[in-house]
Formats: sequence, C-alpha cells, structure tokens
Amino acid sequence: MAAAEPTPPPALSIKALGRDFNEATVLRGVELELAAGGSLAILGPNGAGKTTLLRIIAGLLRPSRGSLSVLGAELPRGRWQLRGRVGMLGHAPLLYRELSGRENLRFAARLHGLKDDGEGPIEALLEQVGMSRRADLRVEEMSAGMVQRLSLCRALLPQPELLLADEPLSHLDPGARRELAPLLGPAPGRTRVIVSHDPSTAQTEPGMVLGLGANGSQAFYIDSGELDLTILETLYGGGPK
Amino acid sequence: MSAPSPRILPFLAVGLIATAFGLVFFYAPLEADQGFIQKIFYLHVPLAITALVGFMLAAVHAIIHLRTGDPIHDARAYVSIHMSVIFGVAVLLTGAIWARASWGKWWVWDEPTLVSFLIVFLLYATYYPLRYAIVERDRQARYASVFAITAGAFVPLNFIAVRLAEPLIHPRTLGAANGGLPAEMMFTFLVSLAGMGLLWVTLVRFELAAKASRGHLKRLRRNLLDPDQDAIATRGLGGRIEPLIEAERA
Amino acid sequence: MNPELRRRTPTLRAARVILAKDLRIELRTLQSLSAMLLFSLTTFVLFRYGLDRTSLEGSLASGVLLMTILFAAVLGIGRLFVAEREQGGFDAFALAPIDGSALFYAKVTAQLIYLAILEAFALPVFAVLFLSDWSGLGALTAVLALLNLGLALIGTIVSVMATNSRARDLLTPLLLLPLLVPLMISAASAAAPLLDADGPSFAEFPKWLALLGLYDLIFGLIGWAVFDYLIED
Repeated sequence: MAAAEPTPPPALSIKALGRDFNEATVLRGVELELAAGGSLAILGPNGAGKTTLLRIIAGLLRPSRGSLSVLGAELPRGRWQLRGRVGMLGHAPLLYRELSGRENLRFAARLHGLKDDGEGPIEALLEQVGMSRRADLRVEEMSAGMVQRLSLCRALLPQPELLLADEPLSHLDPGARRELAPLLGPAPGRTRVIVSHDPSTAQTEPGMVLGLGANGSQAFYIDSGELDLTILETLYGGGPK
Repeated sequence: MSAPSPRILPFLAVGLIATAFGLVFFYAPLEADQGFIQKIFYLHVPLAITALVGFMLAAVHAIIHLRTGDPIHDARAYVSIHMSVIFGVAVLLTGAIWARASWGKWWVWDEPTLVSFLIVFLLYATYYPLRYAIVERDRQARYASVFAITAGAFVPLNFIAVRLAEPLIHPRTLGAANGGLPAEMMFTFLVSLAGMGLLWVTLVRFELAAKASRGHLKRLRRNLLDPDQDAIATRGLGGRIEPLIEAERA
Repeated sequence: MNPELRRRTPTLRAARVILAKDLRIELRTLQSLSAMLLFSLTTFVLFRYGLDRTSLEGSLASGVLLMTILFAAVLGIGRLFVAEREQGGFDAFALAPIDGSALFYAKVTAQLIYLAILEAFALPVFAVLFLSDWSGLGALTAVLALLNLGLALIGTIVSVMATNSRARDLLTPLLLLPLLVPLMISAASAAAPLLDADGPSFAEFPKWLALLGLYDLIFGLIGWAVFDYLIED
C-alpha cells in the first residue's frame, strides 16, 4: 500500500499483534519491524507464545488482533502469496515415517515444483548435513538427531526467502550443532526468525532480539548488541541456564 | 432476522398459537376418515415444516459465516439447528402418536415423510458431538458451518431418496386425492404454521440473547482476571522476579 | 514483477504428487487395504451365520453386500488423514505453493482406488459364497462405481473433520453413516433387482443411477467449495 517508499519494504512488519486461544490470551502487543535479509531471535520462557508467534508469521495461524505483513503479504488475507516462500523448521519434523529420507525430500521438492524433482539440491543438502549415506533409511528407523537434520533439509530445500526455525538445534549434540549452525546462518536473500531457549546464541549473532514475557506480552525488541544479563534475568526471572 | 420490535414477538407468537388452538378445536371440521386425532396434524406438520426451514436457515447462516468469518453467523446457525432439533423431537413424538391412533402402530416405516424426517433428525443430532469434539473456537465454528451446509444439501436429497424408495404412499391430509384441503382446514393450518414459525423465531432470539450475554460475562470476567493471570504467571517463576523489582525500586 | 507467483505448482500435478505419496505409503504398510479386505471377508462369514442362509438374492443380497462395503469403507476413511495430522502434513501443505483442493482431489482419488480394490476382491467372493445367478454383476459394477464416488467424497469431508477433532475414531462413523443414508438407499434400490434369483430386472435402474449421480455431483461441489475451510488452522 505504501508504495512511495524508496527503501525496500521490510520482510516483517508486525503491529499490536495478539492471539487468543478461546479464553486465554497467549500473545499480546507484539510490535516489530525486520528488514529484508535481517535476522530475528525470539527469546522467552516456556509458554511465552514463541511458537504461536512463529506459526502466525508462517501464515499457519490467524492473529486475533493487530496486523502483520510478511514478505509484503498482508496476513491472514494474503496468505496464499506466502506459499512456497517460507521454510519452517518446527517441533514437528513434517516428514512421513514410512518413507525414506530421500523419498520425503523428493516429495517436498515435487510439491514445490522444483526442477528435476530437486535431485541436485537434495543431494547437496544431504551432503551438507552429513546424511548422504543414511538418507535411504525410513524416517521411523532414524534417531532424533537424524530426523532433525533431515527436517532441516526439508525446510531449506525450496530456498525460502524467510526461514522460520523453532529451537532448531535442540535434539543435537554439540558437535552436530557446530556442524549444522552454518546452514541456519545468514545467507543472501534470506530473512531468518529463530526461536531459541538459549540466549547465548542470540547474544553472539548480529541481528534483532525479541523478548516475550511469561504472559505472552512483548518485553523488549532490541539489537542483539544491547542484550545484557540484566535484561535476560528480568525476562527469565532468574538468568539464563 | 431483523424484525423491528423483538419485545412484541413473544406476545405475537403466543397470541397466534392460542388463536390456532382455538381454530383447531372449534373451527376446523372433523376429518371424515380419521376423526378427532387428525387434529394433531395442525401441530405435527407446522412443527416439521418449521424445523426443516430452520435447518435451511442454518445452512444460509453457515455460508455467510464461512464467507465473512463473523462468529455471529456461526452462533445463529448453531441456535437455529439447536431449536430445530428440539422441534424435531416434538415432530417425531406427535408423528408417533398420530401413527398409533390411525394405524395402530407407534412407528410406520412405509410413511416416507416421517422416515425422512427421522433420518434428517439423526444427522442433525450429530452436530453436537462434532462441535464439542473441537476445542479451538475458530476451527469449531468453521467445521460446524461446513456441517450445516453439507446437512442442508442433504435434506432434499434424503427426502427424494426415501420417497422414491417407497412405492406405497399412504393417503395424506395434505394434497389428498380429492382436490386438496378444505378451506377451513387450510386456514387453520396456515395460522398454526405462522404461530409455530414465530415461536421458533422467538426462541431462537431468546437463546441468541442469552448466549450473547453469557459471552459478554465471560469477557468481563477475563478482563477482570487478566492482571491476576499475569501475577500468577510471575509468581510461578518461584518468586525470583520480586527481588529484581525490589532492587530496581531501591 | 510478481515474485510470489513464480513457483505455483499446478493443482492437478500437486494432487498427483500427493496421491503417489499416499499410495506408496499404503503399498508399503498395507494398513488400510489389508484391514478393509479382511473385514469384508469376516463380515460375509458373519452374515452367513447371522442370517442362517447359504444363498442370497434380491434385497437381502444387496443389503449384505452394500453394508459390508460400507463398513469396510469406514475403516479406510477413518485413516485417510491420520498421517497428515500426526506427521505434520497439513502444515507442509499450507507452506507449499499448492492449492488446498489438490489435497481434496488426492484423497478422494486415493479412497476411490482403495474401494475399487476392496470390491475387486469382495464382489467375486460374495458371488461365490452367496449368489446362484451372476448375470446382474456387470450392471452392479456401475452402481458400485457411483456408490464409491459418493463414499469417497463424503468420506473425505468427514475424515478431515474427524481427524482434526479430539474424538477422531468416534466422529467418523457418527457423522458418516447418516450422511450416507440417501446414497445407500439409492445403491440398495438399484442393486436389489439386479440380484434377483430369476435374473436381473432393469425397470428402475436408470432412476436410481440418476439419483446416485445427483448425490455425487452435489457433494462433489460442496466438498470442493468447503475443503479450504477444513484444512486451515
């Protein structure tokens, strides 16, 4: 609507956003703007509405109040414009247990209409997460860490402009975290929103940080450089674990 | 559903129904074959027509609900179906009484209209378990609307199928072979139909109003409780935040 | 100009992809199909003793056959969306550049295929076990085809509702059976004269086929129109 702006439109613009589940308010007063190509870390204690916010941004859930625009699409009305441009790495791996890793990825590639059923990108991604040789196992035979790697491949496969990740490295050991972290890192043309339980990652990475309080209200929205122990202690009521 | 004066509606409904009863007992002629019991016709058929029209209205509200997303139309569809199901119980009861009196059996399977109505009633009875099986309110409303639309389309198909399947049709009061209803019977029937229709509308409005005030109460209570909720959440953190606040104040 | 439109997967192509995925999983696990086939065979045996008859004809024959198919179909319908629900398929579809109706087409077709396989098994078994005259079976397949379409259409609508509720196994038969009454009346009325002991009669056949077709058409249109509302969160 605001076409007269010379700067590129923000990837994410959220105003007075709130969400209820029946009588309970799980998210309230979220207000932020994120430039295209930027990264946003969402911090907060359990039940602060982090996952809810992520699902609303993905267009999977309607907001109860407020307005938001994601990649230039006004949600929830313009949800169809987002389809195929958002990669989501959530709690559910979005993989079929009875299919092998490769079959799952090929299915995703076909749904997204990738060229040659995504043959090249699939192999490249599997190589990057160290799954090339184990990708013909069925998902039900895989360990949690392998499923997590595969799920990451699935989210990155369509080369999303917006990558949403919900505690993406939670099932992995430290070695695997180091191995996979670059895949989740900044990339040209990609905006990232990452929910984290671990404030230290947010502190070390450049970008914006959104803090959600225990009742789902916005505690702060600051640059990661401004993040310090006092702010975190207030947010978590006890300091980072 | 925007009649000008809702206050007058209940009185109008009661008045019309009282008039209809007067007409049924003192004005409408006795039917030659069936005698006095035929008078249940003036209760049974208007109830059935009102219930079916109510189901159709619910489908219309459901379509509007899906198009606009406005929860009021879901509430209207819900209350319409609810009231029509209650009317439906009365239809089946009066139908059974009528069947017992004229054919000696409480239920007759070769009476297609009654059987069709039973099937429709059974379908709409599943509306409640569907609603209550879905916790999240938006989804509940959407699914209930889809049900109301599907069931609305189902009603005429069901009547066609049951009627076609039944080659033996009993002679009925309405549309009888000898040129339809006598004028006195028709008039009584129409007054009764109008009375039942108004009664349905009145009850639907009452329940909608009750629902609205219940919802209002819930919202008020939530607004009252909300700060407390925050406090509970804060306390849930093991009292670790109070020292921080205290420290800030000091 | 419109980058958001650059990668939309055509609906029929997406439906084919989803269908292929469903068939691959079904072929690998045989969960629905084996249950449906086994159920139909057991039910025939039960009817043999429940009715105490070794041969059937007319309305009794059509009743036994159609009720068996109906209840076997309910088994498959209940499972249509379980994998999508439990393994996150609904989210994946909502994120992918596809139309919601692709999922509808895919699931209806999958159910049609399961029903065709079920009947390819159950009809010969039924004929061998109970029928003395087989001349009406050809016409019967036309009735079954239209019945299958109705079962698949209503089944898909009901299944997605039941799957997303907390009373999944309860809700599927509860909603499904009353909705299928007109369909079953039509199918039974069409099938009964075909299974008469003294050869099939076709007097009312076109009328019932037309009603079956009308039912399929109306619920096909409704399913197509409302399906998007059923899969959004």
